[in-house]
Amino acid sequence: MSARSHPVRLPLAVSTLVLLGAMLLATAVGPVAIGAGDVVGTILGHLSFLDFHTSTSPVDQAIVWQLRLPRVILAALVGAMLAAGGTAYQGVLRNSLADPFLLGVAAGAGLGATVAIVTGHSGPVVLPAAAFAGAVLAVTLTYLIATAGGAPARGYAILLAGVAIAAMLTAIQTYLQQQHTEEIRQIYNWILGSFSVASWSDVRLLLPYAVVSAAVLLAHRRILDVLRVGGEEAGALGIHPERSRLIIVAAATLGTAAAVSVSGLIGFVGIIVPHAVRLAASASYRVVLPVSMVCGAAFLVLADLVARTVQAPSELPVGVVTAVTGAPFFLIVLRSRRTRQGVL
Amino acid sequence: MLGIERVTVRYGASVAVSAVTESAAKGEWVGLIGANGAGKSSLLRAAAQLVPYDGAVKVAGETMGRISPRRRARLVAYVPQQPELPAGMSAIDYTLLGRTPHIGYFGVESAEDQRVCVEVLDRIGLAGLAERHLSTLSGGELQRVVLARALAQDAPVLLLDEPTSALDLGRRVDALELVDELRRERGLTVLSAMHDLTLAAQFTDRLVLMSGGQVVAAGVPADVLDEQLLSACFGARVRVLTDDEGQLLVVPQRTRRRIEC
Repeated sequence: MSARSHPVRLPLAVSTLVLLGAMLLATAVGPVAIGAGDVVGTILGHLSFLDFHTSTSPVDQAIVWQLRLPRVILAALVGAMLAAGGTAYQGVLRNSLADPFLLGVAAGAGLGATVAIVTGHSGPVVLPAAAFAGAVLAVTLTYLIATAGGAPARGYAILLAGVAIAAMLTAIQTYLQQQHTEEIRQIYNWILGSFSVASWSDVRLLLPYAVVSAAVLLAHRRILDVLRVGGEEAGALGIHPERSRLIIVAAATLGTAAAVSVSGLIGFVGIIVPHAVRLAASASYRVVLPVSMVCGAAFLVLADLVARTVQAPSELPVGVVTAVTGAPFFLIVLRSRRTRQGVL
Repeated sequence: MLGIERVTVRYGASVAVSAVTESAAKGEWVGLIGANGAGKSSLLRAAAQLVPYDGAVKVAGETMGRISPRRRARLVAYVPQQPELPAGMSAIDYTLLGRTPHIGYFGVESAEDQRVCVEVLDRIGLAGLAERHLSTLSGGELQRVVLARALAQDAPVLLLDEPTSALDLGRRVDALELVDELRRERGLTVLSAMHDLTLAAQFTDRLVLMSGGQVVAAGVPADVLDEQLLSACFGARVRVLTDDEGQLLVVPQRTRRRIEC
């Protein structure tokens, strides 16, 4: 047998094409329809180093460059982060239900955002910062409690601690919300998730976290496969399982926290995307991680497209779209042949 | 090759292994026997650095507690009693995990790693099953894949915790024969916990009988497999017989007569 490679190229190529198609479609479609050629022309025209001159009207250019493109790119980044975070948590905790959302990211971010809103800081800087801090604090608390007293970080202990912390933070958040009924709508809108006010500054805010988180996680794709035999055997195979887990959880948490801080709580992506990739392609993290990132990006770009067009001119919360479209798709995948072969 | 020096393993207040000193020469197969809870697994796990312990474990002159996990995994390969078998993983990918101590932290397998693993699978007769998922393999095949992963580590010392407990009689002998052949081919030092005392007598060079975390007897099988000792350690009546070919047979016997009715 010759040197074999994991079958990552084909699924990665296919999903990348789907992502590019989805991004092009989402940039072209809207109240003002803009041709694919004008979209590409506008993008090329804005890349100053190309010295490209487009014949697209300035209004269309503004729609593409100022409104739709940042929104599409932000959705793609958030989708990639949520899918990568879910994949990484599932790998580290060896539990197919694990997801940063379940382990306090959602509850922490929700509480952080609520505190910011009820104290009158719902601006574009403080609100995401508060959500980010809440998410990171919640996961840190979960990890510290689960590993208190030098206990090894067992998957179920972290999961249970995460569920308990999430319940507590959600209760506090609900209490704050009830005390400030005049802001309930604003809080509720944030929690359901939306890209309706996405701008380049959001993209700039998220991008560094996304790049670092993605780079760290991708560098650990083989270690995630080693961790599949459990911490003890992984240790006997020559890695520091605790250290690797901590790095992976930290990277996944930062990426997810940064994503929700600019988008709100868009659930379900971190669970369904990695599992769909496992069932369709391979259970190896060398395939699941990169392909899930691309598929997560495509999924959220399309979900956001649906969210803003299906009931235009008003918008649906994108979290509602991901759940409503994702759940049936996932259930179909779950009943597929590979599930019965025991891949999940 | 393998030196265990005054190793004590504690789980909270209870002592699982108490100041055990044992050693195994290069190419030697030492079998650990004893009742459940005697400390066999704990001693193996201490040797594999999977539980905290007092004392020292030395392999090829290096003190295991003082070197990196990576270096340790190049010296000692450990096969647990119930290995974790990830769903959807193929036999070759599972075997490749054994190359972890030879691959950089952020690296992926080289062509050389691939070659080693293909060769190992070929050697143990699983070349045709390389791409099969673990969930589709039989118990005997799984046992061999787990051994393949340990062999892929290319470590001089092999620690096996009850390697054959889940296998039928024939597969049990097959698996032990395979370990024995590989030991001779590669000069491996083997320390294994074993339940079947008759097979332990046939395959190992030396036996170490443990009870209550301590070594009760150690030496060649004929010396250690003493009826009174075994009866005391296992809490059962045990006969040790010798067959026509001089093989030791350890036979448990019922303690109560069948009740007549």
